Amino acid sequence: MITVEDLTKRYPRTTAVDHISFSVDKGQIVGFLGPNGAGKTTTMRMLTCFFPPTAGKATVAGFDVLEQPLEVRRHIGYLPESPPLYLEMETIEYLRFVGQLKGLAGTELEKRVAYVIDRCALGDVKTKLLGKLSKGYRQRVGLAQAIIHNPDVLILDEPTSGLDPRQINEARELIRSLAGDHTIILSTHILPEVEQTCEQVIIINKGKLVATDSVANLQARARGAESVLIEVAARTGDFPAAQVQQQLERIGGISRVLVKEQFTRGAVYELEASKGHMVRGDIARFVVNGGWELNELRPAAMSLEEIFLQLTGTEAVVEPTSSEPANLPPPPSGGGEPPASEAHA
Amino acid sequence: MRSIWIICRRELSSYFASPIAWLLLTMYSLIFGYFFWNLVTYFLQNSMEMQMMGRNMPMNINEQIIRPLLGNNAFLEILFVPLITMRLFAEEKRNGTIELLATSPVRDVEIIIGKWLAALLLYCWLLFFTGLNFLFLFRYGHPDVKSMLVAYLGVVLQAAALLAVGTFISTLTRNQIIAGACTFAACLMLWVFSWVTSYNASTWATVLSYISVLPHSESFGRGVIEIKDFVYYVSVIFLGLFFTTRSLESLRWRS
Repeated sequence: MITVEDLTKRYPRTTAVDHISFSVDKGQIVGFLGPNGAGKTTTMRMLTCFFPPTAGKATVAGFDVLEQPLEVRRHIGYLPESPPLYLEMETIEYLRFVGQLKGLAGTELEKRVAYVIDRCALGDVKTKLLGKLSKGYRQRVGLAQAIIHNPDVLILDEPTSGLDPRQINEARELIRSLAGDHTIILSTHILPEVEQTCEQVIIINKGKLVATDSVANLQARARGAESVLIEVAARTGDFPAAQVQQQLERIGGISRVLVKEQFTRGAVYELEASKGHMVRGDIARFVVNGGWELNELRPAAMSLEEIFLQLTGTEAVVEPTSSEPANLPPPPSGGGEPPASEAHA
Repeated sequence: MRSIWIICRRELSSYFASPIAWLLLTMYSLIFGYFFWNLVTYFLQNSMEMQMMGRNMPMNINEQIIRPLLGNNAFLEILFVPLITMRLFAEEKRNGTIELLATSPVRDVEIIIGKWLAALLLYCWLLFFTGLNFLFLFRYGHPDVKSMLVAYLGVVLQAAALLAVGTFISTLTRNQIIAGACTFAACLMLWVFSWVTSYNASTWATVLSYISVLPHSESFGRGVIEIKDFVYYVSVIFLGLFFTTRSLESLRWRS
C-alpha cells in the first residue's frame, strides 16, 4: 500500500530524512517511532504530498507522490500534529467542508458526515464551535476529518499528544478500530502506544532508519539472551557479594553475572543466560542450597523502551554499514559542538 | 471549478462568522456616507449660488458628485484591501489549516482563486451598500445610470487587482499584521507612483505612471471603458495570482 525508497529531505543546513526505505502492506497498522526531531513529521509530510522529497521515491496506493500528488491525496487521510481546525466553524459545518474538499457531494456527503460523527462520538458537539471544544474533542474532530472520505491510507501524526490518560485510551481504541478498513501509519514517541496499537514498528532516529520489524519480533530479538534479576540476602552477618557472584557464574548455562546493587546484607544480580537455557530453577536451587535468602527472582525481559533506547542510543553499533564517521554521536566526555547532521526539532 | 467554489464559500462564511465583515461594513458605510454628504452639500451650495448670481453654469450630478465620490472611494479601497486580504493565507499558516488544504485533492490554483474570489465578493458586498446613497440622487435628480455603472466597474476592477496583490503578500508571512502593513504599503505605492509624472517626463516616469493604478481609473470614472485600462487591471490580477501560486509552490519546496 505504501512503498518508500531512499526517501530523503535535505534542508540548507540539515538532513531531516536520510535515505529511508520501508513498505507497508494493506490493512496494517504501523507505528512510526522516534525521538522528537527524528524526522517523523517530515516523512509523513512527504507521503501526504505536503512537500516533495529532495530525493528518493514514495508511492501511496500505487501512485507516486511526485508524479500524481492529487491521486495520492485522494487516497490519504491525514491528521497533522495539531488538528487543522477552523476555530470559527461548527463541527458539522467543518466536516461538510472537508468532505466536499475531498470530493464528496450530495447524499454521499451527508452519509459520510453522519458516519464519522457517529464513529468518533461527536454527536454531542455537532453544532458547537470548534474553538470551544476541549483538546480531546478537537483531536477526535481531527480524526473524523481524516477518515471522512474513507481513504485507503491514514496518516496520523502523534494522534494522542496533549490528551489526558482517559482520552489517550479512547483515541487508541478508536484508531485500533479503524485498522480493519484502512492502512494506518501513526507516529509517536510514546512506546507503550506502539506496543498497544501497532503490529509493526518503524524506528527512526536523526533522520535515519534504525529498525523496521513487527513488534513481536523486535521484542524477541532483544530477548535473544534471557536475563534474570535476583536479589539475594544473608540471614545473618555480612553478605559476601563477590564470592557469590563467582559461584553464580559457575552455574551451567549462565554466561554473565553483574552486580546491579549491593548492600551490607545482600545484593541484586543480573544474570544472563545463553539462548535456550532454562536457568531459573538452577539459580533458585543454588541460592537456597547455599543457605541464602532468595528475596526476588524475575525475568528481566527487555521492554520496547529498552530496545528503543538501545537502538537509538547506539545507532552506530546497530547500523554500522551506512553511517559515516561524521554522523557518530560525540563522545560523552566532550563538551564540543554537536555533529552537523543533528536534526533540529 | 467546484473546489474553487467550496473554498470561496468557506472563506466567505468565516468573514461573516467573525465580526470582521460587519465591522468593515460599518466603517465603510460611515466613511463613504460622509464623503457623499460632503459632496452633495457642496453641490447644493454651488447650484444655489449659481442661481442667485443669475449665471447659468451647467451642473452635472455625474461629473460633480458621482465621479469625485468614486475617486475618493480609492482612499477607502487602499485602506480596506489590506484588512480583507491580510488573513487569507497568513491565518491558515499560523493555525496549521494550510496543511489541510495543501494535502487535499485540490490544486494550488483553485485554493488561491477561491480565496481571492471570496475577498472580491466581500468587497463587492461592501460596495453594494454604498449604492444606497445614490438612490437619493435618483430620487431628486437625473444621473446617468450607464456611466455610473461603468465607474463602479472600474472600482471593482481596481479592487480585484489590489486584492490579488494582497493575496500574494498574505502568502509571504504567517503574521497577519505584517501581511496587512505590507499590503497597505504596496497599495499606497501603486497609487502614488503616478505623481512623478507631474514634474518629470522621462521614460521611467512614464513607465512608473503606467504601473500606477490611479491613471487607469480615470477613464472608468468618466464613464468610458478603455481597453488599455481594462487590460491593465486584468494583467495585475493575473500577475498577482500567478505570483501567489509561485509563492505557495516555493513554500512547499522550502518548508
